[in-house]
Amino acid sequence: MTYKFQLSKWQLIAWSTGLLLSTPLFFLLVESLQGDSEVFTHLWNTVLWDYISNTVLLVLGVGLLSCLIALPLGWLTAYCRFPGKQQFEWALMLPLAMPTYIIAYVYTDLLDYAGPIQITLREWFGWQSPNDYWFFDIRTLPGAIIMIALVLYPYLYLIFKTALREQSFKLVQASQLMGLSAWKSFFKVSLVLSRGAIVAALALISMETMADFATVSYFAVSTLTTAVYDTWFGYYSLTAAAKISGVMLLLLFLALITERFSRRNQAVFERQSSVNSEALYILKGKSAWLATGFCSLILIISFIIPMVVLLKYAIMYFDQAWSSEFFSYAWQSLKVAAVVSVVTIVLSVLVVFYQRIAKQVNPLIPGRLASTGYALPGTVLAIAVLLPLTLLENTINRILTPYNLDIGLLLTGSLLTIIFAYIVRFYAVAHGAIESSFSRISPSLDMASQSMGKSQGHTLRLVHLPLLRRGLLTAGLLVFIECMKELPAALLLRPFDFESLATHVFQYVSDEQLELASISALFIVVVGFIPLYFINRSMEQHS
Amino acid sequence: MKKTLALVVGLIISAPAVATDVVNIYSFRQPFLIKPILDDFTQQTGIKTNVVFAKKGLIERVKREGKHSKADLVLTSNFSALIQLEELKLTRTIDSEKVNKNVPAAFRDGDGQWVALTKRVRNVYSSKERLGPLPELSYEDLAAPEYKGQICTRSGKHPYNLGLVASMIAHHGEVQTKTWLEGVKANLARKPQGNDRAQVKAVKEGLCNLALGNSYYLGKMLQDEAQKPWADAVNINFPNQTNRGSHINVSGAVITKYAKNPENALKLIEYMTDNKAQNMYASLNMEYPVKPGVKLSSLVASWGSFKEDSLPLDEISKYRPLALKLIDEVKFDL
Repeated sequence: MTYKFQLSKWQLIAWSTGLLLSTPLFFLLVESLQGDSEVFTHLWNTVLWDYISNTVLLVLGVGLLSCLIALPLGWLTAYCRFPGKQQFEWALMLPLAMPTYIIAYVYTDLLDYAGPIQITLREWFGWQSPNDYWFFDIRTLPGAIIMIALVLYPYLYLIFKTALREQSFKLVQASQLMGLSAWKSFFKVSLVLSRGAIVAALALISMETMADFATVSYFAVSTLTTAVYDTWFGYYSLTAAAKISGVMLLLLFLALITERFSRRNQAVFERQSSVNSEALYILKGKSAWLATGFCSLILIISFIIPMVVLLKYAIMYFDQAWSSEFFSYAWQSLKVAAVVSVVTIVLSVLVVFYQRIAKQVNPLIPGRLASTGYALPGTVLAIAVLLPLTLLENTINRILTPYNLDIGLLLTGSLLTIIFAYIVRFYAVAHGAIESSFSRISPSLDMASQSMGKSQGHTLRLVHLPLLRRGLLTAGLLVFIECMKELPAALLLRPFDFESLATHVFQYVSDEQLELASISALFIVVVGFIPLYFINRSMEQHS
Repeated sequence: MKKTLALVVGLIISAPAVATDVVNIYSFRQPFLIKPILDDFTQQTGIKTNVVFAKKGLIERVKREGKHSKADLVLTSNFSALIQLEELKLTRTIDSEKVNKNVPAAFRDGDGQWVALTKRVRNVYSSKERLGPLPELSYEDLAAPEYKGQICTRSGKHPYNLGLVASMIAHHGEVQTKTWLEGVKANLARKPQGNDRAQVKAVKEGLCNLALGNSYYLGKMLQDEAQKPWADAVNINFPNQTNRGSHINVSGAVITKYAKNPENALKLIEYMTDNKAQNMYASLNMEYPVKPGVKLSSLVASWGSFKEDSLPLDEISKYRPLALKLIDEVKFDL
């Protein structure tokens, strides 16, 4: 009896979370089913296919480039010893703290036709016009792919590295003993064992890429996200915009189904008893240089150059850019990010735990439902969140009217709405990281705990949580940083007197004057360092 | 969990209370553009201003919030937003002798639902070095084969360009405008991108010889040491001076239907249409004041006087949806 009651308790929590977090999406879909298909048909006949192909190419491109960057980095820092390894291990996460629109801005400034690099080249070689030479055009689809991948690769890097660390070294050692070269062992053992983690990270990267608005619009690359904006704010048709969001979700579900399908028979339960502090491969000579060189190159491009440019701006424009209000913006951003991180972690642990213990059909549904918000672009999400919340508010107000009471905009006029929107948006980030960590805990531990008469709640608290510590930290870090950077939803949902660092920076970026917001931009990045520091310390202590 | 809940509740409670002497503003216009004006208003009247800034989605927000909306006033950066607010019945009448006196009828709604605050001209910049001034240039000329590969512009879907295309439809009809748009697209030096400032920069660097842009961007660039060389590289041209005049867009304001502080909102609008604020708009933002007789900034004045297209804004606004469709049909941005 007890067992049954407990299961239904977990079921209730998981399903409530799934349903609650998918409510905005549900409202949006209802909106998309309304009439007014004239605009949608027009788009379908004119530009929609261009948008879809751009979106698919963008997602595939970012995914591929992230793999090319992050998998070697993850493997090198997890298993190898080479000069600078310890510093790189930490530093390679840093680009995560950099909002994509900042890196895009910085590189456009550097690389476009009117930027210093091309100007210098023209001066050197005497070229007069664009017809005299070829140069990589940054404001294009490939440019957007590079910019987004440079910021998002750390997702894959972090999750892949965590997965490698949590795998038994014995397997890799065994592959070594059987004479597999490092390369072969990487492909045949590490990649295969971490496939689940890699796919989970790629799913996150894909969703984040799909939702990106700032970079693609800055680069004039029309994607479904920009189409949603245009339709909504240009054609003033929320219904058609919702229909396009529907197309995006369809793509997303296809991706998720493919992911599930590819992992259908996979179950890998590995856990090291203690991580070997000795590296498996000690790189020397050319390979050591190559490893250090590759890590340095990625770090320089993805982080150091943008930081140097920001610092240069901050120094040059200090008088115009400095404001004592930064501390209050930073504090506002921090408190929202902290609340959202804690809530999403708690919710995703509960939902993933339910997935683990549930005996019902399709226990994955609540988690999938709760994760759908991630693919929505911030502005769409903002309205999707406003739809149910205003309805709720209005209903409560209507009920209270006869009693001369009125809650006004208690929900939508306060920070609660932003917090809810962020939870909807970033739940998937926490879920992905925690699910991947959970999957590596052998079910035999659960059985052992159960056989000792421990309840499921006890098992979760005493067995799983300690083992999940690193996954939880990773999840919390990712959500925290995402919240710090989040922009469109914050712009739209913030109450009076609320300014986050991101909204402050974007006001200037949107006017192509990042210089004047360089100090705030630096703040966002520096504030992002704090959780990075903690997670790194925890990883070090663990090993 | 309990702590989290406590924190969440704490955050909600800490949401700002609504004081009485305030005016709450939803602004499409950048805070740093209007802040000096708002600060001066507060100093003059003691009325505090709260601003939520966003470039998009504010109208949707006002609509959804309904009668509980905290917004008293919406500041827009183009006429189509003003007219959309009116069409959605989210506005209330601006009933003020002062405003009527300050702002000519052409820049006010006939029913008093919106009022323009500044005028913004859609100029064509030309390379000083390669083309020189083009006093007789028209928007129609931008489709002429002689300018092939020479034109730079921001997205066709940006409200400033949409307004221009809508005015072309109003003057020439749909078919001719579509042909014109195709011609302009064929003349582009690069895919539409960046803002108006970026176009001037591209002219300076020789990527294009002509660029569309609002005049105040030029003023802003001339004030910035780093950007002055870009601005110095172009001539500012007021198109269609030999016929109907240059296309004018406006920034403006409405008082929301459910404003909780309508008197304060009205005071702010009166202040914004009056000499001091109009002067500040002119000198700080390099925009053209709507109030006749207000002195232009010396820089703006140095660009000379020009003839404005006299077609009423609500007439142009009717063609805005069609303009957007045409831009999609010719795949202007792709």
